[in-house]
Amino acid sequence: MAEHARHRPFSVRRIPGFTAIASLCFVLLYAPIITLVIYSFNDGESVALWEGFSWRWYESAWDNIQVQEATVRSLVIATLASGIATVVATMAAIGTTRTGAFPGRLAIYAIINQPLMVPEIVTAVALLIVFAMIKVATGYSGLAYLVAAHAAFCVPFAYLPIRARLEGMDLAYETAAADLYATPWRTFRHVTLPLMAPGIVAGAMLAFVVSLDDVVITEFVKSAGQDTLPTYMLGQLRRAVTPEVNAISTALLAVTVLLVSAFFVLSRQRR
Amino acid sequence: MTAADPARQAQPAHSPSPGEVASRAAEVRRNWLLSTPALTLLFLAASGPLLVVILYSVLTPGEYSGVVWELSGDAWYRVILHRDIFDDTVSLADAHLRIFWRSAKLSLLTTFVALIIGFPTAYFVATRPPQQRTLWLFLITIPFWTNLLIRTFAIMEVIRNEGIVNSTLMSLGVIEAPIQLLYTDTAVLIGMVYVYLPLMVLPLYASMERLDFRLVEAAYDLYATRLQVLRRVIIPLVKPGIIAGSILVFIPSLGAYVTPRVLGGGKNMMLGNLIELQFGQGRNWPLGAALSLTLLVIVMIALLVYVRNVSRSESRG
Repeated sequence: MAEHARHRPFSVRRIPGFTAIASLCFVLLYAPIITLVIYSFNDGESVALWEGFSWRWYESAWDNIQVQEATVRSLVIATLASGIATVVATMAAIGTTRTGAFPGRLAIYAIINQPLMVPEIVTAVALLIVFAMIKVATGYSGLAYLVAAHAAFCVPFAYLPIRARLEGMDLAYETAAADLYATPWRTFRHVTLPLMAPGIVAGAMLAFVVSLDDVVITEFVKSAGQDTLPTYMLGQLRRAVTPEVNAISTALLAVTVLLVSAFFVLSRQRR
Repeated sequence: MTAADPARQAQPAHSPSPGEVASRAAEVRRNWLLSTPALTLLFLAASGPLLVVILYSVLTPGEYSGVVWELSGDAWYRVILHRDIFDDTVSLADAHLRIFWRSAKLSLLTTFVALIIGFPTAYFVATRPPQQRTLWLFLITIPFWTNLLIRTFAIMEVIRNEGIVNSTLMSLGVIEAPIQLLYTDTAVLIGMVYVYLPLMVLPLYASMERLDFRLVEAAYDLYATRLQVLRRVIIPLVKPGIIAGSILVFIPSLGAYVTPRVLGGGKNMMLGNLIELQFGQGRNWPLGAALSLTLLVIVMIALLVYVRNVSRSESRG
């Protein structure tokens, strides 16, 4: 340590030991995930002993009818929920940005961001109770409950990037369009919407990822036989662990990394 | 923030004309109309159901599940008290109190450990050259968006008896038999630190990015030691980030369900698992509702403390 200090020029930004802890942090953050990915390609039954490379667990997951059904269900729910969430979040974002303070604005913020503040388990319990009452009253027990629950907790994730985009946008373009006798709808359609598009796409992607990853609320709301991919995996963990779950995890991980990378590129985009 | 906002500068100095008042009212109506679909959805599938939970917490449990529509304070009573079914003696509900204590202890420890690891990490990222920061930040963000279950599962694989931690230690000769980590409180702690660490680093980074290093330089010029600079200059300046990160880690830790279930096994329950139990095997929905509300109240208190702290440090700055 002392020797290092003598050779390195003094820097006001450097704090001894911090770089070491940070490096360790990055290693610890990635080591478990990377181990998981590597062992998903293991030829053996074991999740600890390496027996050569193979795709066998991906093949067995692919052929597993339960996994197929859960995957389709996850994708259907995530697509519908993120679609609904993005539409209502876009409208709310237009209504709450660039207009100055108005009565009730803080209340709107609080309600929209509520899913970020209330613990997931509490929302899950609340939805279980209410949906159980509706199920008894109507006799309907389809996917709509899961779609509604997912759409609701996706709203803040869609709303925040859209709002951020809108706040950075200049009102001058819309004013110019209005000065040139464009109707409000045409101004919105041809000026506002294209300008806010990157924010909308980013919000939709975040909402999609959040819906795809949800475990707790889905676990409580789902009816029998409505497993999504994460709840299917949670159920498998209770029994013997097979590397098949590793393979499913790795596939899901790949989807997340792709979407988050795209989100990063989109949100960096400046005009 | 330094650039002047032209819209804000151009505020009218005169009192608004009746026409302006009317168009302002129309704008407010438009804003509410645009927000209505989002508010309706959230009321139906988030806020509204919370009100029903309050109602359920004062009803009588049904025989198999659900409730009987009869008012009863029994659920709230049973959150911390236990009445013996044979001789009616009342005592504290030890099992519940033990779970409350474990939840509080593990959540505070998780927050503390995450701060100890997260602070230097955020500092490291914030002191990189600007072009590099995006990449480091991206590396923090990727695990954050990765499925919580997958990350918990990855930790499980690593710390199990046949896992990489134990096999490495054994081949190095540090230990002879594997250490039983999985299904202990330590495993839950490791898992929660792992899954919630990005929530600590991101707000810490946000406040460190704005840190004015001229102040640090001034402190060194005045013969402050490195430790003094850290304690008296850097930490006070990034305090809002420390509070935000701690709250963001503490709240989900307290309500954690997946991580204690997977890494703690059946025995090392936390509050989230106790709540779930009431809707499964326990078949006591009112008690589950009362426990959920207890959790919610603790979280709201934590949020209030946060809001007060932030507004105080903002008014000071």
